[in-house]
This record gives sequence, C-alpha cells and structure tokens, in this order.
Amino acid sequence: MAGTAARPTYRGGGDGVGSSVGRVVAYVLLIVLAVAIVYPLVWMALNGFKSNAELFGDPWGLPTTWRWENFGKAWSLGVVRYLANSVIVTGASVVTTILFSSMAAYALTRHRIPFAGPITVLLLGGMMLAPTVALIPLFRLLQAIGIFNTYWALVVLYTAFRIPFTVFLIRAYMITLSRDMEDAAVVDGASRWQIFWLVIMPISRPIIVSAALLQALFSWNEFVFALVFINDTELKTLPVGLLAMQGRVLSDWPVLFAALTMASIPMILLFLAGQRQFIRGLAEGFGKG
Amino acid sequence: MTGTTRRGGWSMLLWVAPAVLLLVVFVYYPVVENLRLSLYRWSPFSPREVFVGLDNYATLGADPVFWSSLFNNAAYAVVSVVFQVGGGLVLAAVLEELVRGRLKGLLRTIYFVPAVLSLTITGLLFQFMYNPQIGLVNGLLDVLGLDAWKHSWLGESATAIWAIIAMSQWQSVGYVAVLFIVAMQRIPRELYEAAYIDGASRVQAFLRITLPLVREMTLLAMIITVSGAFLVMNEVWVMTAGGPNNASHTLGTWLYKSAFFNDQMGYAAAIAVVIFIITMTASILQLFLGRGKAVQY
Repeated sequence: MAGTAARPTYRGGGDGVGSSVGRVVAYVLLIVLAVAIVYPLVWMALNGFKSNAELFGDPWGLPTTWRWENFGKAWSLGVVRYLANSVIVTGASVVTTILFSSMAAYALTRHRIPFAGPITVLLLGGMMLAPTVALIPLFRLLQAIGIFNTYWALVVLYTAFRIPFTVFLIRAYMITLSRDMEDAAVVDGASRWQIFWLVIMPISRPIIVSAALLQALFSWNEFVFALVFINDTELKTLPVGLLAMQGRVLSDWPVLFAALTMASIPMILLFLAGQRQFIRGLAEGFGKG
Repeated sequence: MTGTTRRGGWSMLLWVAPAVLLLVVFVYYPVVENLRLSLYRWSPFSPREVFVGLDNYATLGADPVFWSSLFNNAAYAVVSVVFQVGGGLVLAAVLEELVRGRLKGLLRTIYFVPAVLSLTITGLLFQFMYNPQIGLVNGLLDVLGLDAWKHSWLGESATAIWAIIAMSQWQSVGYVAVLFIVAMQRIPRELYEAAYIDGASRVQAFLRITLPLVREMTLLAMIITVSGAFLVMNEVWVMTAGGPNNASHTLGTWLYKSAFFNDQMGYAAAIAVVIFIITMTASILQLFLGRGKAVQY
C-alpha cells in the first residue's frame, strides 16, 4: 500500500524512460534467477519417476510413465526409518531448547538475579563456538557418559549448541515486554511458574514460534554430529541416512532421486506453512537489543 | 535497563541452571579440552595419550593437505561474501524497490526454498547436476555451444572445490537476501520519498539510504558467512569426500578424515584449534567493526 502511494514520487527521481527499460531488465533477471533456483529441484523430483535408462537417455525430458514404485522402493530402503529418527530427534530438541532457553531468558529479563551479567555473557558467548571445534573431545565425552550412538547424543548436543542463539532471540523479545500483566498476576497471587506459563510464554508466542521453527530447521539438517556420534544405521537421521542410501540403491539412481525428493518435502512444507512467523521472527530477533 | 526486573533472589538461578549446565558441559568444556588434546597423540580406539608438545602443529605446518584445505575455506569465504552477501544485498534491494504484490512474495519464497534443504540433499542433487553424462551443467554448456568448457566437475582436482562452492551459492543467496529484505523493511519510507523529491536516482537512494542503514545487517551477514565458510564440511563430504587426491578438502573434512580414518586424533584436535582461532577472530573483528552497536553476535 505504501508502495503504490509512493510510486509517483519515484518518477520524480528524473530517470524517466531509462528507468522503465531498467525495470524490464531487472524483472527478466529476477525471473531467470527464480528458474535457475527452482529447476534443479523440479529435475530432482522428475528423475524420481524415471527408469535408469530414461535418466541416462533423456536426462532433461519428462518421464514416459510415472513410476511411483520408485518412491515405494526408496521408502522401504530406509527413508521411513531415517524420517522417523529425524522426527524424534528434531521434536525432542525443539522442546528442550525452547524450554531451557525461555526459562533462562525469563530469569534474565524479568528478574534481578545474582551474576546476571556473567551469565548473559556465558549464554550468548556460546554463539561464537562452533560444533566442529568441540568434535574430538565430545567423541570421548559422549562415550564416557554412555550416550554415544543414541538419540540422546543428538538431542543433548542440538540443545546445548543452540541455546545461545535461542536465548538471544527470546531475550531480545522478552526484554521489551511491559510488566503490567505480570504485576496484575502477582496481585492475584500467581507463582513464578504460573506467571511464566500463563503470562510470559503466551505473550512471547510469536518469537517462540519462530525460535522453534529455526531450531527444527537446524536439528533436521544437522550433519556433523549425526555423522560422528551415530553408528547404527537404525538410528541415523536423514542427512546421514541419505548418504548411506547412495550406496544401497545399487546404481538405481531414480530411487535415490525419489528418496531425495521425499526427504525434501517436510522442511519445504514447514517453511511454507510458517514463512510469516519465520520472517517476522528474524526481524524481531535481529533488530532488537 | 527497562526497569521491568523484579527482585528474584538466588532461587531464580534454578531457572538458568539447565541452560548454563548444558553449555558448560557440552560446549565450553569440550572447546577447552580440545586445546589440551591437541598436545597429545592418540587414536580413537586406544585411550592412551602420549604427550607430544607442539608436534601436531609442526605436522600441520608441513602438511600440504592442511594448506590446500585452508585455501579452499578461504576461497569459500571470499566467493560467499561476494555472491551471498553482495549478491543477496543487491537482490534484496531490487526485489524491495521494483516488485510489488503477489509476485514479490512468490519470488521471495522461491529464492529462500533451497536454504531449508539439507546440504546432503542438495549435495547429492548437484553430484548429478555435475555428472558428465546426465548432468544439466554440461548439458547446458552443450546447448550454448560451449563444449570446450565441459568438465567432469567433481572428478577433477582443479574444478572440484569450485563446483562445490557454486552449489553453495545457489543454495544460500536467497536466504541472505531475505535477511536483507527484513532489514530494509525497517527503514522508514519517508526517507526515500524525501530523497526522490530532492532528485536522487534509485541507485543513489540505495547507496545513500539503504546501504548505511542495513550496515548492521551486512556485518551480521558477513560474520555468519565468513565463519560459516571455515566450518564447511557437509556438502564437501557428500559431494567429493575431499577428493580427488585430497584436492577439495576443507579444514572440517580434513579434521574428520584425520581423526576417524587416519587415527590421528591429536592431529585432528590441532586442526580444530586452527578453526577455533579463525572463527573467533572473525567474530571479534566483526564485533569491533560494528562497534558493538546492536550486533549481538
């Protein structure tokens, strides 16, 4: 709306005809870029329906018959297992990360606690430390405490390494909240736990939703920890499982394409469904503080 | 402070305890322990550590694969800053200024979609894109009459890392662009209207208004991009596993291979220390450049 209203003033910029040619060129480039970005994904999905002969004979063409059985084959060759593992690990780590991060953000922004400064630095400073740097010691630590090669290994690490970023997001939001509703709740005799769940968390819902989406994206796609700390094929998540499948399809490449396509769908759907919260959350998180 | 704090007392420390404990045990302790381990020689299956002082670092200096890995990471960083941060910024500005309504939303969504996919998926997909027989890249060069430019992209030492880097640009430019769009939408429209009334062109408005005001965002994107470039591992391991002839290794894949294929855990820890120094320096440097203003990274 603001854009349409402002458009006449752009003309006042004095670039007249030149600007409309520029506009057409820009549009063409934007659309070419969109095609270049989408086409490989379409190609991936189409190849999932071909036979090997078709894939090699006519890599650019449409499949002659739609071989849905490739998807069934990919599903039973491992996709179903890896998908389930990814759902478990992602779901658990979203819950723990959001819970622990919002509790910390609540204590740091809504209360005066001892050592608030050092604790904030410690929590946010973790953003500077990369998983790769901790890889070798973690290999021994996880074995020593007995969670190597279990879901726990991934859930614990995905939570620990993402708490700094998640606290950053939620803290920046909570710090701006007015205390009126909290005060009213205190007058009504609510406990801290009740205030947290019934007042603070509901008001913070927009940032909680986007933090949860970002955490889901991270856990779903994480590769290095999943590669190093899980040995059992039965426990592998999608990013590592798909790599293992590459060897298992025995050069029946359309089945691999089918697997890749199926593995892409959950995150694309989640993103399309949550796009607004996702982008609004980024804005809240990056602007404040 | 906003004055919203109330007295919490020591019992409120329980609220931060889970986060603090997880960070100390699984993030801070391993990073410190890694420094110590880089001074020892040991293998994953024998717990006996032998103190070797700085030997691992001497090995590092003399290891050509280490240097080529470092070069590959640096190439990754430079190309990504140019194409993802620079390209993302321009893309965001063009999209924000020129395109309206439904098309704008559609394009933004399309540009962003690859960024939500696992690097294993895009890595395996681009293995096929670069395949000499069925790949679209060589196919496209054929169509354009550029047969001479055809390569077995991932199979040749000279091209492998660049092919991987190119895939990464394809995947991430839209992500960075959306971050910039978010920052640009926070700029008050009146600033532009005033500039256009004063006779400024679009390019001038971009340089004088947009650019300074998204400076914060640009620094943030650069931090993420440069640090990220020195942590690259997933796509390289998936697409080439560091080959051919170790030509496309990055520090991350070389660390992984040294630790778990060559049984050199101490040496791998030394590589991790190098990664640590580089990523820390990047973060601190960028913090100073941003003068601490609002850039929380």
